[in-house]
Amino acid sequence: MSFFKPDHEIHRRRYSRNLWVGLALGGFVLLSFALTVEKVTQGDPMKAIRGEGHAVAPEDAALQAKPEGAGN
Amino acid sequence: MTDTQIESPVSEPGASDFVQLLKPRVMSLVVFTALVGMIVAPAHLPPVTAFTAILFIALGAGASGALNMWWDADIDAVMKRTARRPIPAGKVQPGEALGFGLALSVASVLMLGLATNLLAAGLLAFTIFFYVVVYSMWLKRSTPQNIVIGGAAGAFPPMIGWVAATGSVSVEAWLMFALIFMWTPPHFWALALFMNADYDAARVPMLTVTHGKKVTRRHIIAYTLLLVPVSLALGFTPIGGMVYLVTSALLNAGFVLGAVMILRRDEEMAQADKYKVEKKVFTFSLAYLFLHFGALLVEASLRAFA
Repeated sequence: MSFFKPDHEIHRRRYSRNLWVGLALGGFVLLSFALTVEKVTQGDPMKAIRGEGHAVAPEDAALQAKPEGAGN
Repeated sequence: MTDTQIESPVSEPGASDFVQLLKPRVMSLVVFTALVGMIVAPAHLPPVTAFTAILFIALGAGASGALNMWWDADIDAVMKRTARRPIPAGKVQPGEALGFGLALSVASVLMLGLATNLLAAGLLAFTIFFYVVVYSMWLKRSTPQNIVIGGAAGAFPPMIGWVAATGSVSVEAWLMFALIFMWTPPHFWALALFMNADYDAARVPMLTVTHGKKVTRRHIIAYTLLLVPVSLALGFTPIGGMVYLVTSALLNAGFVLGAVMILRRDEEMAQADKYKVEKKVFTFSLAYLFLHFGALLVEASLRAFA
């Protein structure tokens, strides 16, 4: 029996089934990943970086309000 | 015995046998109607979410098909039309089909819920329950009204597509449901007229078996006439329009004409031409549904470009 080539109908069917299960699982992983990326990036992703759309904590606001170099 | 090769009739099922368990032809109709329900909805899903939703609505429908084949294996073995299905053909063991169907049902409901919303997932779960328990286990073997009520299972996909996109049910979603629901009886009774021997042999109480073909012919025209206002009503909702109304009017005229022709025939005439008219009406009914949803899709495209 060769290692890669199934030599019997049963082996051929088992191989095809396992191949499809593998492909289905791989596809599921990719789909879950893509779905996660889409869910977490919904809306404008740059808003978070620009600080828009977020409530700024009072202590952070105070820090931002301080003039440059103050407190050094 | 000189042959060293062991031939076993029940062996390893191949991937294609499991695909057959999902009833791919029914699945294609589910994909199409659910997709239309999702596209014509006023809210739109991001592409990966939309793809995931359609995939798992289709797999949920496929899972209910596998569970139906598990439960109906005894009937399928008797009927010529279904004798080559994987379980009666000995390719897949009943337990394998049951496990496959249950696992896929749970996975598809969970994934639809995670990708879209709980209402859509709940509707998919109800559809699977309705098709497997209410239709397959209960109605199919107990009443000639089996396909009238059981038709609801096939009518849910566009509503699920709509709910996946919008998160709620509306008049449009109910009318899409009603269109498939009212279309199912004349469609299946036209099939039953020329497949009667099958249902008779399997002791499935189809209307043709319990009340005869004459009564079935009358039922076909009655349900086709009831289908007309339902299908036209959809044209007056925000998802309808002139293209839909004209398409629907023409298709309804064709379907009613076919139903009248079926009514005017008797068994002698039908046997003489091998159920030519009944077969034509059955094929036409498939186009009827496909083109109605196609027209909705055209209306949505026109709105998008307007």
